[in-house]
Amino acid sequence: MTAEVISELLREHINRLAATGKRTDGRAFDEPRPLTVQKNYIKNAEGSARVQLGDTDVLVGVKIDVGEPYPDTPNQGVLSTSAELVPLASPTFEAGPPSPTAIELARVVDRGIRESKTVNTEKLCITPKEKVWIMFIDIHALDYDGNLFDAASYGALAALSCAKVPASKIGKEDYPLPLEHWPISVTAAKIGGNVLVDPNLDEERIAAARITVTTDENGDIRAMQKGLRGSFSLDEVRAAIRTSQRVGKGLRGIIQRA
Amino acid sequence: MEDIEHIPKELKLIDAKGIRLDGRRADELRPIKIEAGVLKKADGSAYLEWGNNKVLAAVYGPREAHPRHLQDPAKALVQCRYNMAPFSVTDRKRPGPDRRSVEISKVISEAFSAVVFVEQFPRTSVDVYIEVLQADAGTRCAGLTAASVALADAGIPMRDLVTSCASGKIGGVVALDLNKDEDNFGEADCPMAIVPRTGEIVLLQMDGHLTAAEFDEAMELSIGAAKQIYELQRDALRRRFASVAEAAQREAEREPPREEPPREMPPEMPEDLPPEVDDL
Repeated sequence: MTAEVISELLREHINRLAATGKRTDGRAFDEPRPLTVQKNYIKNAEGSARVQLGDTDVLVGVKIDVGEPYPDTPNQGVLSTSAELVPLASPTFEAGPPSPTAIELARVVDRGIRESKTVNTEKLCITPKEKVWIMFIDIHALDYDGNLFDAASYGALAALSCAKVPASKIGKEDYPLPLEHWPISVTAAKIGGNVLVDPNLDEERIAAARITVTTDENGDIRAMQKGLRGSFSLDEVRAAIRTSQRVGKGLRGIIQRA
Repeated sequence: MEDIEHIPKELKLIDAKGIRLDGRRADELRPIKIEAGVLKKADGSAYLEWGNNKVLAAVYGPREAHPRHLQDPAKALVQCRYNMAPFSVTDRKRPGPDRRSVEISKVISEAFSAVVFVEQFPRTSVDVYIEVLQADAGTRCAGLTAASVALADAGIPMRDLVTSCASGKIGGVVALDLNKDEDNFGEADCPMAIVPRTGEIVLLQMDGHLTAAEFDEAMELSIGAAKQIYELQRDALRRRFASVAEAAQREAEREPPREEPPREMPPEMPEDLPPEVDDL
């Protein structure tokens, strides 16, 4: 990924606004951008969703295939998550093998889904030790205006929630993917002394540090990831957890209803 | 995914008395040993044993950043490479970077970027290499803790050392510093790294299932443990520099001091001056 030059004027502008409790796009600090979710966007995928979080646009597809289980979980289906930051989505994205940024994105999304046991993988076993269903979640960035972590994880959840296990391929009847939980990640960026939810690209580029907290429908924490070169105090982390619990509720509803 | 051994599901990771499988209490660290300056070629290095983890860290730099397009005209890059030896885990790990190690390298690089005075060394790279020789869970914390000592051993200017530790949840109990079995069969793991002097959190990850209250409990354990580990890091550095001083002393005794009177003093060395700021 090539670094992009950040205008000092813009940096100062965002900092000055933040110091007075404002943001460039008029949002409150704990207000995410509008989220729209279109499920079943791709007919050839077993599940898919196109998600717009403000001007960030992400397409997530779920393909489900027969494969071998891991030896330590012989009667469970397998989850595999990848992300492609294709050059179409941003002047800073480059073609080629996945960058550390893309790998971190895929792994953070994967962790949220996996650790909250979103999908009951025991219901994806065909023949123990031999055949199980493998879910491939593929995240495809289309337009990058900040906070891919959340857009991608909402897309992944939405795509899983409408996915069908193609059991007709093995002579059985297709059935909906057994979804049991709805983990929602909420990412915030530290700008000056403030922590802003769902940073847009300008905010993300000047942020000192980033934190992603994934909570489930009970408000329990399922995954976290701190990123970028700055730091958080323990109180800031606690506040980010509370914000994730609160903001996550509304977002979960949007994804469930879509 | 690291190796997983088969242990029956009924296995109790922590008993009614609060004692864990390896005999520790919930708030107890595994034994830690740190030694600084263990490699000849590196500018700084450290070896660390943490329970059954064995980790080596080396630091090279600041040196010209390669590839050059990565150079930052305003500051140094801190580039960490976390790598596991193929024999470090039960099932051989394929050599080279995988997705897990790429992510760990990234978050460790970011953690050190918060403390190194990067603005003093524009266009350079401070390269941090972490080699996990033997793994038993908690290798990123062990690697980061060792690398921090290696950075100090290399004389890299830093705001403070970085100290890392993890806590998690096993058998329904929040516990410090999970070992391999506890990590595999426990409910949550939450590695973190702090700047001990200020309490700033520079690395934080978590996977599993914790309530907000349990998270607080876990962080309290980790931060308490980090204070102990910080002392071990400082002690390793003290021992390192005491031995350097001893060696210098021996050298001085072997070579009698020259009798001739000092001539004109050279001008003050530029290193003593504050770094020049390019106003252009």
